[in-house]
Amino acid sequence: MLNYIWLGLMLISLIFGAITGNLQSVTDAAIEYAGIAVDISLGLIGIMAFWLGIMKIAEKGGLIKIISRLIRPLAKFLFPDIPKDHPAIGSMMMNVVANWLGLGNAATPLGLKAMEELQELNPDKETATNAQVIFLAINTASITFIPMTVIAIRTELNSMNPFEIISTAIFASTIACFTAVTAAKLLQRLPWIKKTNPMNMKTVKGADNE
Amino acid sequence: MNNGTTSAFVNFMQAFSVYAIPVILIVVLFVALFKKIKVYEIFVDGAKEGFQVAIRVIPYLVAILVAIGMFRASGAMEYLIKFLTPITSLVGMPAEALPVALMRPLSGSGTLGIVTELMQEHGPDSFIGRLTSTMFGSTETTFYVLAVYFGSVGIKRTRHAVAAGLIGDTAGMLAAVLICRIVFG
Repeated sequence: MLNYIWLGLMLISLIFGAITGNLQSVTDAAIEYAGIAVDISLGLIGIMAFWLGIMKIAEKGGLIKIISRLIRPLAKFLFPDIPKDHPAIGSMMMNVVANWLGLGNAATPLGLKAMEELQELNPDKETATNAQVIFLAINTASITFIPMTVIAIRTELNSMNPFEIISTAIFASTIACFTAVTAAKLLQRLPWIKKTNPMNMKTVKGADNE
Repeated sequence: MNNGTTSAFVNFMQAFSVYAIPVILIVVLFVALFKKIKVYEIFVDGAKEGFQVAIRVIPYLVAILVAIGMFRASGAMEYLIKFLTPITSLVGMPAEALPVALMRPLSGSGTLGIVTELMQEHGPDSFIGRLTSTMFGSTETTFYVLAVYFGSVGIKRTRHAVAAGLIGDTAGMLAAVLICRIVFG
């Protein structure tokens, strides 16, 4: 699907750019955004290193296992493929809580750590497992308790009550998150999506050995 | 929520946010002390992966951001908006809010720019201002999250992840319209 979206975005941009006479700004944007992408990625290095270091200590201390155990029932429902009390569950939990608290700087490194642990369980390193898709859904539609960025702008524009959108944002983001996770759960049952699950390979291989 | 509970909630959450990281660090370090973990060695061991992770993300993020940047610069969005406005007005979404809904999964900073402009024009306490603020807070930048999270582990075949993310975004936008109609009228 991403192949089509990517191709679509690029072709539409070039065609509309040509029609509207914006072709120069379209190509300028390509170069500009390529640079922005590298800046963003490199900007992750320090904060990634810091949180990966702390998480390693937490793991050695057994803390991640404890967190994993705490949410065992929910984890079993959302991620049936992940072994019980696997550290990925603890990391995912910490990522989700960091997101709720609006700690963006911590949430991404914790989420990437969780993704890496999910990847260890993945027999095909280039195709997403069901668990990885669900974890991604939780993050692309993450529940927001305080949307601080937009509140800051409301304050700057002299809103009478910049915070009044908190309850509506909690409602909308909760609906978004539940819908995304439900959609992921339902879509993974479709035959042509089910067939591409890398976890199938594992069982097929196991069956061959027998 | 009335003003009293809102500010109590805000204060609580802000205090929580401020203390969350120090508390996590204290707990982790005390457990390490108690278990006699060689913290410096383990920290460095974990931290050295940070560089690789960030570098691995680059090609994925370049691919996604370049496509989105080109799309934004092309002006195709305005045509899409003209085309979609009759449909979205059926669900009670004001025409002004549609660009916010379309931009949200593509670009966080782009959406914030549109929301800011709309609030400057209509006022932050207008219905449009409240609705678009809610829409901004109702979901994340799906394509960015996808590129960074899957890119960091080298996943190219994303299967149903984009579909699930976009369905979630759509639900978030519709929920924002619904709740703002109820709460702000």
